[in-house]
Amino acid sequence: MASAHEVQVPLATRRSATGIPTGRLAVWWVLASEIVIFGGLLASYIMLRLHHPHWHEEAAHTNVWAGGFNTFVLLTSSLFAVLGHQAAEEEDGPRAARFLRLTVGGGLVFLIVKAFEWTNEIQHGFTIYRDLFWTYYYTATGLHGLHVLVGMIVLWIVARDAACGKHLHRVELIGIYWHFVDAVWIFLFPLFYIAR
Amino acid sequence: MSTEERSAPREHTPHPNYLAVYGVLLSLFAISVAGPLWGMWWLTLITAFGVAVVKATMVAAYFMHLNVERRYIWYVLLIMLGFMLVLFAGVAPDVLARSGQNWQHLRAVQDAHGAARH
Repeated sequence: MASAHEVQVPLATRRSATGIPTGRLAVWWVLASEIVIFGGLLASYIMLRLHHPHWHEEAAHTNVWAGGFNTFVLLTSSLFAVLGHQAAEEEDGPRAARFLRLTVGGGLVFLIVKAFEWTNEIQHGFTIYRDLFWTYYYTATGLHGLHVLVGMIVLWIVARDAACGKHLHRVELIGIYWHFVDAVWIFLFPLFYIAR
Repeated sequence: MSTEERSAPREHTPHPNYLAVYGVLLSLFAISVAGPLWGMWWLTLITAFGVAVVKATMVAAYFMHLNVERRYIWYVLLIMLGFMLVLFAGVAPDVLARSGQNWQHLRAVQDAHGAARH
């Protein structure tokens, strides 16, 4: 007869052929697939950028200050996420939850700035149809923004549990995802804003 | 936190000084913004893209804890990066060519002529 512990914890979260907890392993596999998605997108962008010298004129219309501010916001939110992980390892759920909510706040600021930026660009005629550069710009930053939004939702759910001291290991898992989103932006910023 | 979630040895490693890492990341960010202001393409390449690689590596190493993660994860990530390079190396020779046998990429040729005139 199975013990109470075995009944509560599914087999999938207990077994480990790699020595890595299943949840963390799953997050890394998700990120591995994300590398191919964003990597493929950015590799094809770089290829076409080398092929079309006139793209630097288009890139000159992106807002470096908005992009730079968003880089600062995401780096700061990553700091909050990792401090949340540290608090979770110290079994301090409420503190971890506070840091996770600050991380969500960072994501929210990022999306608001991005929304203003897109609105301004579209109003000035820089739509997704204007040039292939802008198609890449909206696709890459839009896909990244979608990842920010998904991360914010999961962060909020994990923070709600962490505040009650539940599932504290998940704080690290969502943190790893959030840092990846930050790392992707670290490459998007120079590719679309600085290189002109 | 359940017993199995604690089982990996990495859980026992001490946390680095995250504020110091954050400070270095912000300094690198300032360099990446300031570099292109000099208007030299090689400096932009180093300060924007070189610094981006360093920043992303620091985020992965210290915030995502890859520096203390098991090698299995490194292999998975490196294989995926390898796939990306295969995509680039496989497609680039065709995409980057402006002309070939009985064909010419008119827009790219025009762009190249336009860039040469400037």
